[in-house]
Amino acid sequence: MKISRTVTITIDGKEYIAKEGQKLLWTALENGVYIPHLCGIEEEEKPAAGCRLCFVEIDGFLNPVTACTQKVKEGMVVRTRSKRVDKLVGTAFELLMSNHRLGCARCGANGRCELQKIAKERGLKLKTSRLRSLVPEVPVDESPDKFTYDQTRCVLCGRCVWVDHHKAKIGAIGLVRRGMSRKMATFGETAMADSSCTQCGMCVEACPVGALTFKEK
Amino acid sequence: MELLEGELEQIQTEVGFILRKYEPGREQLLPILQEVQGKIGYLPKEAMKMVAEAINIPEVDVYSVGTFYNQFRLNPPGKNQIKVCMGTACHLTGGHIIMDSFERRLEIDEGETTGDREFSLERVACVGCCALAPVVLVNEEVEARVRPTRVDGILLGLGKAMPVTSKHQKEEGDTIE
Repeated sequence: MKISRTVTITIDGKEYIAKEGQKLLWTALENGVYIPHLCGIEEEEKPAAGCRLCFVEIDGFLNPVTACTQKVKEGMVVRTRSKRVDKLVGTAFELLMSNHRLGCARCGANGRCELQKIAKERGLKLKTSRLRSLVPEVPVDESPDKFTYDQTRCVLCGRCVWVDHHKAKIGAIGLVRRGMSRKMATFGETAMADSSCTQCGMCVEACPVGALTFKEK
Repeated sequence: MELLEGELEQIQTEVGFILRKYEPGREQLLPILQEVQGKIGYLPKEAMKMVAEAINIPEVDVYSVGTFYNQFRLNPPGKNQIKVCMGTACHLTGGHIIMDSFERRLEIDEGETTGDREFSLERVACVGCCALAPVVLVNEEVEARVRPTRVDGILLGLGKAMPVTSKHQKEEGDTIE
């Protein structure tokens, strides 16, 4: 890592010292300013920016932008909340809810779930209202010894796939198909235990929701 | 999908031949898959595994791309190819009901091929004769204003025994081109 210069940026009226070139999302989080996020990966140079939850307003930009793709610059003025930001984040969250198995009490991630955190931070509801629930009836994959995979609780953030490819370097899982059929799966959509998965558990640790959860001992 | 006798060897030869023409590298994935499908007619799992190894990427990444693009099919084309139009006009006039009828009769899902490889079923997006909606293409022949009852007629005309499944086997030596 090259030694980076520091810059001063303003988030919600308060000044912070930040490493130049770091993505705004991580700067904010490091300084205790919460911005909702699911798909963000700090090491990734070109983030997917697919969850559409980390919107912020930055002076000089006409429209809200995703914090995970913006590098901090000297004098940057950021607002994490605005009417437009809240509307964008609220809608993205509602869409996630419409395709997510609800019932937190019966979920392995209850209490440490990123969706619960976002809902709490932004005053959003963990249920569908405007939108119809489109959760498919898919059984939970309980084939691995250490963990289970519940596709209906997956938010398609792709974090598990990223650590599988870049950290564990296994290449057992990926995002397959498209549209409503998109899902995290193995080659040929086999059970996890029948794939090249080594059950290292790194993907389970990376899962922000209750899709991949360790089995109780 | 079960492979036919001798099909695995054919796949290995064909794919091996194609792979020799390409430099290794992730960016070669799409052209390779296109050529494999052009030659074999679909993307068998064995072929995808070979491609993954040749360009040194995880197998699941090949599968990911193969399932993403509508251009690629994972099941062999049937002897009779049924394409149900799901364009706007056909959708509005009940194209999905026609699709359901075919799925029930053939006991396969959209995008699949029957075990005997007699029929394959897929959806297409507009075949250009919306006035005839809902439309089904049966081996490139247009069937106009299809009703669920006509579905049985079409399949009977193609030699499918009704109402339940038949064990009728085709002559040996049926390989796919």
